[in-house]
Amino acid sequence: MAIDIPRIPLGDWIENSLNWLTSEYSVVTRGISRVTQTGIDVLNDALMWLPPWSLLVIIAALCWWLAGTRLAIGAAAGMALIWNLGLWDPMIETLTLVVIATLVAVIIALPVGIAAALSERLYRTIMPILDFMQTMPAFVYLIPAIPFFGIGSVSAIFATVIFSMPPAIRFTTLGIRQVPVELVEAADAYGATRRQKLIKVQLPMSLPTVMAGINQTIMLALSMVVIAAMIGADGLGSEVWRAIQRLRPGDGFEAGIAVVILAMILDRVTQSLRKQRKS
Amino acid sequence: MSDNRNVKIRVRNLSKVFGSQPKKALELRDQGLKRPEILDKTGQTLGLSNIDFDVHEGELLVIMGLSGSGKSTLIRCLNRLIEPSEGEIVIDGENIPDLKDKALLECRRRHFSMVFQNFALFPNRTVRQNAEFGLEVRGVAPDERREAADKSLKQVGLDGWEDAYPNQLSGGMQQRVGLARALANDATVLLMDEAFSALDPLIRGDMQQELLALQHRMQKTTVFITHDLDEALTIGDRIVLLKDGEVVQIGTPEEILTQPADDYVRRFIEGVDKSRILTAESAMRRVRSTVRDSDGPRTALKKMREHSLDSIYILDRERRLVGLIDAESASQAHEKGKERVTEAMTQDFRSVKRDEPLHNLFAMFHDNHFPIAVVDDRQQLQGVVVKGAVLDELAQAGEA
Repeated sequence: MAIDIPRIPLGDWIENSLNWLTSEYSVVTRGISRVTQTGIDVLNDALMWLPPWSLLVIIAALCWWLAGTRLAIGAAAGMALIWNLGLWDPMIETLTLVVIATLVAVIIALPVGIAAALSERLYRTIMPILDFMQTMPAFVYLIPAIPFFGIGSVSAIFATVIFSMPPAIRFTTLGIRQVPVELVEAADAYGATRRQKLIKVQLPMSLPTVMAGINQTIMLALSMVVIAAMIGADGLGSEVWRAIQRLRPGDGFEAGIAVVILAMILDRVTQSLRKQRKS
Repeated sequence: MSDNRNVKIRVRNLSKVFGSQPKKALELRDQGLKRPEILDKTGQTLGLSNIDFDVHEGELLVIMGLSGSGKSTLIRCLNRLIEPSEGEIVIDGENIPDLKDKALLECRRRHFSMVFQNFALFPNRTVRQNAEFGLEVRGVAPDERREAADKSLKQVGLDGWEDAYPNQLSGGMQQRVGLARALANDATVLLMDEAFSALDPLIRGDMQQELLALQHRMQKTTVFITHDLDEALTIGDRIVLLKDGEVVQIGTPEEILTQPADDYVRRFIEGVDKSRILTAESAMRRVRSTVRDSDGPRTALKKMREHSLDSIYILDRERRLVGLIDAESASQAHEKGKERVTEAMTQDFRSVKRDEPLHNLFAMFHDNHFPIAVVDDRQQLQGVVVKGAVLDELAQAGEA
C-alpha cells in the first residue's frame, strides 16, 4: 500500500509570493519599467540615427585603437556582412539590450562583490544565491519577468541582468580577495583607513580580474538577450525565433551568424581592455 | 641594562594566543604548561608568552629567533597588525592595545613605518608613488609629499628611478624603495620584518652597512626582525633572543657571545665567526708604561728596560698619542746626544678605536709588528692590543 504523502505545493508558494510582489510593488516595477524603457529607446535611437557605415567606421577604429589592425579588419568585415544580410537593425537592437543589461548588472555587481569580499558573513550568504542564479535554467527567469514588466524589452533586460550578473560579482570578490596579504598589511601598517585601502590598493589591484568578470557578464548577457526573444524582445533573437516558427533554417543561421560576429567583437574588445590594464 | 637612554617602547607581559579561547590557554600557561601541551589540551597555539623588553630611543634593537619563535607575531603586535591577547605596549605614554579604531590609525601613522620581507610594494604605483604612500594616507599635500618622497629616495640611492615601476627594479633596489617608503613617512619607529632576508648575500651585506650608516646619521629607533644570528650581531645595538614565543636572552652582541644565558643560546652562537663580532676592546690590555713627548731617549730606554718592552708609546701632556719609539732607535738617539724622544720616534704603527672588529686587527699585525694602540675620539691612549691577545680572546670565545 502506497503511503500517501501530500505533494508539497512549492510552485503554488512561489506563484503566490510572485503575485503578491507584483501587486504590492506595482509602483516600483512600473517605475523601473519606465526608466529602463527610456534608456533602451534613447540608446537604440542614437545608434539607429547613425548611418550604418559611420557606426561601422567608429567600431573598426575603436577595435584598431584597443586591439590592433587584425581585429579592426575582422570587425569591419563582420559588420559589413551583417549590413549586407539586412540584419543591421536587429543587430543594433540586440547591442542596445546587451549594453543596458550589462550596465545595470555591473552597477549592482560591483558594490555587492566588494561587500562580499570584505565581509566573510556576506560572502557565505551570497555565494549559494549566485550558484542558484547561475544554475537555474535561463528560461525560467523569463516567466516572472512578464507579470513584473509585461511582454517586451524591459522584461528581457530584467531576466538578462539576473542571469548575467553572477560572474561580475564573483570575479570582483575573487579579485579583491586575491590581493596579496602583504599589500593589505602594508596599507594597514601605514595607517590606511578601510576606504583608503579599498581605493588605493584593493580595487586597482583587482581590476584585471574584475574586467574578466565583466567580459563574462557581457557574453552571458548576449546569449540571454537572444533567448529573451521568446518574451518579445526585439533584435537578432527574434529573427531566429521567427525562423524557427516558419521552419526556415537559412534565415535562422544568418541571424545566428550575426550573433556570433557581435559576440566576437564584444569579447575581443573587452579582453583587450583587460590586457591593457595589466601591462 | 647598562643603557640609560629614554625608553621609546615598553613591552610588558605581552602574550598572544592564536585561537578562539585565549583565556583558557593563558590560564594553562600560568599553571606552567608549555606550548605543545596547551595545543594538545585546548587546540590553541601560544604564539607569544610573557614578553618583556624595552626599545630605547635611537637604538637598533634586533629581535632574533628561528622560524616559529614568534618574532613576526611580536613585531606585528607592536603596531597591532595582530591583536595581542594580553599585556602592555606603551609608546610615548600610550598603551597601544587600549587604542580604539581611530586612535590606532593615528598611532600607526605617527609612530610606525614598516619594511617587509617581500618588499610589499604596490605594483600599480611608481617608485615615487610607493614612497609617498604613508604621507598620502595621512592627507599630506601632493607637493610636500613628493618632496619628502624624493628626498628619501635620494637617501637610499634611488634618485633617477622615481618614475619606474617596482617590477622594473632588482630585489635589492625594490627593498630600497621599501626603505624609502618607510623613511619618507618620518614615523618615530622603524619596524623591519626580515627586511633583508629575501636578498642575496652580497646585496644583503651592502644593505646592512647602509642601514647602519643611515642609523648612525638619523638615530632612528628601529626594531629589526631576523632569523640570522650573523645579521643580528652585525647590526644590532642590542638583541632580544626569542625561542618558542619566550625571551631567552636580551643583551648586546658581545654579551650574547661572551655570556650566553643558557645552552640554547650557546648552541646558537657556536657557528658564528667570532672575530667579526668581538672588538678591539675585548683583546685590549692596559698600557704598562708610556713616556712624555718632553722626555729624553734615556728615560724611554729606562722605562722599556724596567717593564721589559721592545717599544714604548709617546704621549703629550693631555695624554694624546703622538708617536712610538723602539729600543733600537732610542739607544741610537741617545748615542747621538738627542734631547727629545720625539726626534727619533716613528708614526709607523696602527691605532684603532675600541669598537674596531677584531678580524680587522689580523691584517694590521700582518704588515706591522708593533702593538696596536687603542685610542678614543680625542686620540687619548686607552690601551694596547698585542698579537697574542687577539688569538687568546678568540680561543676563549670559541670555548664559551
